[in-house]
Amino acid sequence: MLTRLLSGDTPRSGLLTVLLLIVLVSLAFAPFLFPGTKSLETAARICIFIVLVASYDLLLGYAGIVSFAHTMFFGIGAYGTALALSTTGPNYGSLIWGTAAGAVVAALFALAIGLFSLRVKAIFFAMVTLAVASAFAVLVSQMSWLTGGEDGLNYRIPRELTPAFKLIDAKILDVRVNGKLLAYYLVFLVSVILFLVMLRIVNSPFGRTLKAVRDNAFRAEAIGYRVVWYRTTATVLSAVMAALAGSLLAIWLRYTGPATTLSMEIMIDILLMVVIGGMGTLYGAVLGATLFILAQTYLQTLMGVAADATSAVPLLPILVAPERWLLWLGVLFILSVYFFPSGIVGRLRAGRA
Amino acid sequence: MSETAIKPRIEKIPLKDQLFQKLPVLLVPLLAVAGLIAIGNPASWLTLTVAGLAMGMMIFIMASGLTVVFGLMDVINFGHGAFVAVGAFVGFTVLAWLAGWTASPSVMLNLAAVLIAILVAMLVTGLLGLAFERVIVMPVYGEHLKQILVTMGGLIVAQQMIYVVWGPDELHLSRPQAFQGALVIGEAAIEKYRLVAVGIGLALFLAMRHILKNTKIGLLVRAGVENGEMVEALGYRIRRLFLIVFMTGSALAGLGGVMWGLYQETITAHMGSEIMVLVFIVVIIGGLGSVEGCFIGALLVGLLANYTAFLAPKVALVSTIALMVVILMWRPQGLYPVVKAK
Amino acid sequence: MADTLLSLSGVHTHIGPYHILQGVDLIVPEGGVTVLLGRNGAGKTTTLRTIMGLWTASRGEIHFADHDITKLPTPDISRRGIAFVPEDMGIFTDLTVAENMVLAAAHGPMDAKRLGWIKELFPPIGTFWNSSAGTLSGGQKQMLSVARAIIEPRRLILIDEPTKGLAPAIIKAMTDALQELKETDTTILLVEQNFAMASSIGDTVAVMDDGRIIHSGPMQELAGDAGLQEKLMGLSLEAHQ
Repeated sequence: MLTRLLSGDTPRSGLLTVLLLIVLVSLAFAPFLFPGTKSLETAARICIFIVLVASYDLLLGYAGIVSFAHTMFFGIGAYGTALALSTTGPNYGSLIWGTAAGAVVAALFALAIGLFSLRVKAIFFAMVTLAVASAFAVLVSQMSWLTGGEDGLNYRIPRELTPAFKLIDAKILDVRVNGKLLAYYLVFLVSVILFLVMLRIVNSPFGRTLKAVRDNAFRAEAIGYRVVWYRTTATVLSAVMAALAGSLLAIWLRYTGPATTLSMEIMIDILLMVVIGGMGTLYGAVLGATLFILAQTYLQTLMGVAADATSAVPLLPILVAPERWLLWLGVLFILSVYFFPSGIVGRLRAGRA
Repeated sequence: MSETAIKPRIEKIPLKDQLFQKLPVLLVPLLAVAGLIAIGNPASWLTLTVAGLAMGMMIFIMASGLTVVFGLMDVINFGHGAFVAVGAFVGFTVLAWLAGWTASPSVMLNLAAVLIAILVAMLVTGLLGLAFERVIVMPVYGEHLKQILVTMGGLIVAQQMIYVVWGPDELHLSRPQAFQGALVIGEAAIEKYRLVAVGIGLALFLAMRHILKNTKIGLLVRAGVENGEMVEALGYRIRRLFLIVFMTGSALAGLGGVMWGLYQETITAHMGSEIMVLVFIVVIIGGLGSVEGCFIGALLVGLLANYTAFLAPKVALVSTIALMVVILMWRPQGLYPVVKAK
Repeated sequence: MADTLLSLSGVHTHIGPYHILQGVDLIVPEGGVTVLLGRNGAGKTTTLRTIMGLWTASRGEIHFADHDITKLPTPDISRRGIAFVPEDMGIFTDLTVAENMVLAAAHGPMDAKRLGWIKELFPPIGTFWNSSAGTLSGGQKQMLSVARAIIEPRRLILIDEPTKGLAPAIIKAMTDALQELKETDTTILLVEQNFAMASSIGDTVAVMDDGRIIHSGPMQELAGDAGLQEKLMGLSLEAHQ
């Protein structure tokens, strides 16, 4: 039963299963296990990024396509929902049409990009996506009449999802059962569903062909598979998933802006997460996103402590200063490309054998 | 050996094909003329054109290393921007030391200060390139995906190290006395520094062209870009050549960084990655591995960026991308694609 | 019995998941021409490339003039005196004929006498000296490729199908050139599908199939025995013209 739910793609490693279960349970019961706004924010962020990073893994790990335009799709989804909520009011209708519109626009962009890749080599393609994503970010910042520019959009969401709304008066385990809780579970459940859908996709005949194409496009073409079609479909699917993740973020934050969705930093973060977690596994996205966001939120505090502790030593405090957390993650990233090319998940699975 | 058995065929390239080959070069004056028509006022046009050429030259300097490295070594370095940023910061430090010289009105002293700053920056970035190539790039020869990832990682680490050494704030880099201000020609004001930039860029381009066409090492690079295996089979240790070229590329990026820093007059750790988008566009337009294509691409991008900044500021970056798309539609591998043996 | 110049023993080469060479044992005696025959896909080109170090043998040993060159990098193998004329000729089309030759003369300026001799062997080299190598015809490129391999004296030249796709007149020119080369004490290991051409200049022959050498011996022995030819190659080699 569980195997069917996971589309046959089980963790295949005792330790990995344990880790994944820990993450799942922690996220499922986050409001109760880790009370407080900051932890809830972190948990929601992890859910959303798991979907986002998994969608990128679909593109990079399974289809073998390097693209830097992923944040663009994330942003399109977020802005779609945000604009709908801003213009047609904080109701479920807006939510639905905005999210759908975001997904459709993302799909269309992805289609255009996919067809363009017909004409250029892989390296070209990567650079082109970088350029396109940058241009898109600039455009969005400049079209402030529509997008709120650099400041972004603030809007209201349906009342049932706001803290003001009380589902029941009593508290469960000392936690208020309000709209924020409902919003969290919306994010959590949708994230789980989207993740399982992606598992289904990569374990279907389509997914298997995709991997064959990734490994040897020439051969796949020779056998009769239309490589371009597979790659384009993968790009579109990946884009739609990213857009949906963006919509989730828009609902959760009640704010959408270039900094939260379109920045290059986020793109690099996604890359770090997918590589450290393990490319081509989808579970890597779970571990990578969790690890990274926890580090982002809490490592800095740790480093702050370390910096204070080593303040007497020359140079060291600057290196472990909390703002330099990205330095160490960058080093970890480089090391994992060399020594753990299949990421944490790959390492765990290999250890099993 | 009977000579009559083989008839020598001297193939002359028909005029039509010759023109076709030269066409990309004509794009630059074409764009300039289009700019003149669009802008109208000749004085403004002149200012913008010089600005565009200056910017183009600087982008060319930064991009040339990247394109040759890719053409020769099949290595894609997404961390190239790190050399730009480090070059700019090192240049800043050197010019701060030589503050006395830069404050003086003497052109000679100013020039000397800038030259020293450039040389030190190039030395530092060249050495950084050495470390980068041996430590980060060499282990992943031939694996493009890993190269992209690892060099991006290198970029992140380098940017963070800039924060460590120079602090998190943006720094102000002022031009030496003699390069401040503008020359006035008729109604047009042309910044002196931009003329200097154009001069340096042009000199570099001609120097590179000379080295590539007339020296043995240039010969090796051109042959290696086409067929590295065969170069090895002829007895040359191409790995050593790779290193030299990589270091040259990073030194050039450092030079570009100093010049770009003086152009913008502020420097930040992210300036490298910011300019990388334009650098990539230029490399794509020119064709991976072609110095000439890179030169033309850079001039086109520089001119276009400045013209659109004047005419329709909001579409500046988009227009550059549109240019790239148009050129790729015409020539999918760039203006002067290098014919690879692979 | 001539000395052994090159020997391969038990050489295996894997390319990705493909096991191409499956235990090649080959002896190339010094002096003269050794021909490597075999149908397409037998592993002839792979053998040459493995000798040259372009692909690394996963097992076995390669000895050249008593030195173990199995794991040496390509430039070092070249410097020991082995030249390579690949199937695709490896001409640098962006460079002129002159520049191609200059590169080939890795150890210093070209010997004028030797260059003169090459220009006699292959007149187009002289005619097109300053033209871009990309404008040469197929046969001329082939000549340039061989010329590059011999501008400096070498002990062993590996040549991969030099007459493929060439007009008969050019094949004759190539054969004559190789004949003259033979007389200069250069050893040649020649991969060739054109049996008529191969048998006219070959001294020793080795036949490959499925990544192994299935027959080796004097060329005359094979050339005169149609039955043996059929057994080894699966069809009469007359058909191979």
